Amino acid sequence: MKILMLGWELPPHNSGGLGVACYHMSKALAIEGASIDFVLPYQAEHPNVGFMTVHAATKLQPLDRYGSLGAYDSQYKSAFENNSNDISIRGIQKRYISFVEKLAKQRTPDAIHAHDWLTVEAGMRAKELTGAPLIVHVHATEFDRSGELYGNPVVHEIEQQGLMMADRIIAVSAITKNIIISRYGIPAGKIEVLHNALDVESLAGYNYDLHTYKYLESLKREGYTVVTTLTRFTIQKGLTHFVRAAAKASRKYHKLVFLLAGDGEQRNELIRLGAELGIADKLFFTGFVRGRQWRDTYGVADIFVMSSVSEPFGLTALEAAHHDTALIITRQSGVGEVLHNIFKYDFWDEDALADQMIGIATSPALAGALQQNVKHEYAKISWNDVARECMRLYRNVKTGALV
Amino acid sequence: MSRGIVLYLHVHQPLRIRKYSVFDTAVDHHYFGEPDSSSDRNNEKVFRKVLAKSYEPMNRLLEELLTRHPEFKVSLSITGTFIEQAEAWAPEILDSFKRLVATGKVEIMAETYYHSLAFFYSRKEFERQVAQHQRKIKELFGVETRVFRNTELSYNDSMAAWAEQYGFKGILAEGWDPILGWRSPNHVYRPTGTENISLLLKNYRLSDDVAFRFSNRAWEQWPLTAERYNNWTNAAIQDSQVVNLFMDYETFGEHQWRDTGIFDFFESFVAMWLQNPENTFYTLSEAIATHKPVGEISMPNTVTWADTERDLTAWLGNDMQQEALRYLYALENDILRTNDAALIHDWRLLQTSDHVYYMCTKWFTDGDVHAYFSPYDSPYDAFLYFMNVLRDVRYRLMAYHQGGIYG
Repeated sequence: MKILMLGWELPPHNSGGLGVACYHMSKALAIEGASIDFVLPYQAEHPNVGFMTVHAATKLQPLDRYGSLGAYDSQYKSAFENNSNDISIRGIQKRYISFVEKLAKQRTPDAIHAHDWLTVEAGMRAKELTGAPLIVHVHATEFDRSGELYGNPVVHEIEQQGLMMADRIIAVSAITKNIIISRYGIPAGKIEVLHNALDVESLAGYNYDLHTYKYLESLKREGYTVVTTLTRFTIQKGLTHFVRAAAKASRKYHKLVFLLAGDGEQRNELIRLGAELGIADKLFFTGFVRGRQWRDTYGVADIFVMSSVSEPFGLTALEAAHHDTALIITRQSGVGEVLHNIFKYDFWDEDALADQMIGIATSPALAGALQQNVKHEYAKISWNDVARECMRLYRNVKTGALV
Repeated sequence: MSRGIVLYLHVHQPLRIRKYSVFDTAVDHHYFGEPDSSSDRNNEKVFRKVLAKSYEPMNRLLEELLTRHPEFKVSLSITGTFIEQAEAWAPEILDSFKRLVATGKVEIMAETYYHSLAFFYSRKEFERQVAQHQRKIKELFGVETRVFRNTELSYNDSMAAWAEQYGFKGILAEGWDPILGWRSPNHVYRPTGTENISLLLKNYRLSDDVAFRFSNRAWEQWPLTAERYNNWTNAAIQDSQVVNLFMDYETFGEHQWRDTGIFDFFESFVAMWLQNPENTFYTLSEAIATHKPVGEISMPNTVTWADTERDLTAWLGNDMQQEALRYLYALENDILRTNDAALIHDWRLLQTSDHVYYMCTKWFTDGDVHAYFSPYDSPYDAFLYFMNVLRDVRYRLMAYHQGGIYG
């Protein structure tokens, strides 16, 4: 089974969960016998990708080197402005499409698997040229990325076209499936929900040495509870609600500190908000973290909060669960569909979040139960299951939607 | 001869905080040694640059002028944080300052050792820093200070009352129109509520012509010649006793580069000013001893020499700045109780007003980015590094107290 996999990023050059999901899904598919041509818009070394053929559509460096060209930057004007080198998302997409045209002609795939709006145009073009069925995998829509705002109309239009032209659609959660139905008018029968999984193996064999966050560790010895969030600081993630809830909780119970790991255009606003609310010294900003510092943000955490306004899935919650944290997740996050031993709240309900944080922080029994029980849940979800479902889908899909 | 210029130059370099992350807190207790030698956070690099551009050439010029013109005088304030950096990297510049003071025509004035805003947070800590500065000046130059200025020329009536009670003969402030009304800054005044202390007010127009506007090509008076400036200054002092020219020492060579002609301008102006036999220069103490106060000035609210607002908003205007200093000063008793000289010194170095100045966001709204120099990417970065350092200070405190980090 030859799969033309159209992606935008792979670890370690990923700006978020999209690259991680693509990587593990492809790896599991390869084990199931798929022969994968994976197309990227940039050229770079990727370790451990021997199970598939990675193609670079351009000679560009990984896109994060150019500023806002990542998988999550659809709302930035700069991403759409053509400059002299044509280093804009639209410019790169054009080059990506012409590369895929050539590749598809050389090697006709059995199925085309395109991830998000970034590659869906290339997917449509490949379908047109080869007649192979197009599967559009929706990790996030423009409605998710833009949070409580409307988003970029150009991106909406591309998504609309892609979803209509797709022969099958994979949504990463029921939440996302509902958005595709209600916002894009796609019939429910065309959409399959396939939740992301956690590759536990890639996280194994590592122990937090209690040193990376030495100061936070010293606070924990004093009885403080560390509440962590690890995410891009964008409006989608609902972090202003998180900071306000942190202030509310701190007024009731002072032995709480909050680790905000990650970076993004909202960072300065969050710093300012913390000072305005008088809790600046309870907020810890790490900046963008990778490797050990990334792993240890989970390691040091007692409670992990996912405050997203709209989160199609939310892989970090599974990673956090693996690291013995108690989870608090918005009802607007898809990962909540596969986890039950967690607290949920509506993203705007700062009082509820504050209440839940204090509840966990002041009850070792509650914290322990949440931390232990959620581990049984995430362990049941595997990429192998996702891959098997994908293979079934590849085999059964018919080219229905005409180009 | 009964009228003169009081030239006062402020010598200061802060110890800038390095890029200090969450991951450094509780691990590395060195806050001020930015390793990146190309960064403007690298204190030694900045110091050596300003040394070559300003301190060395200007001290040479001052020494020459003092020899050439017996009537030339100058007053200096030199912060403790400057002196420490000079001791570490360029002790010869301190020798040159010592030679200036030894002429008897250069007065050193008092201020807080750490160039801090302690007056507004802790009167006791403030006094300790003033005393520490006096001791350092005595040890280095063998002189007593008699006139006081506070950080950023911040001033109010209660500060004048404090300075009088402490024993100072004079104090400096901005000669700000909304306070002065019809009155001129070119006289000696008495602060309201005091009896034995005089107030000298900065003539900000003439001071800022040199300090801020000298090289500004968009200014209609550019290029400013010594003749024209001499005419303005002579006109200003008509029927008055003093013209107080207060500015940063670094005006000469650093804020205004050599190629703007600032050194030649200054040299010529001094000579021209003294050509008029009615004119002289005073040190601060001389001006106060020579001229009785002509009236009272009251400034109940704090006035500074900064920005168009002449207030402290560049230092304490936003929540981040207020939070940072609130947390810092909250540690006072715990820090002092340790008797740990290194810890206390670090805590005081964090009080240097420049740290909160770098957190100023005023330029975000007025768009005047270049009005604020900062070695940090943004005010938010400055704030984060400061907070991470502050937490490390708390961590070190824990070794002494069992009350908890926030306790």
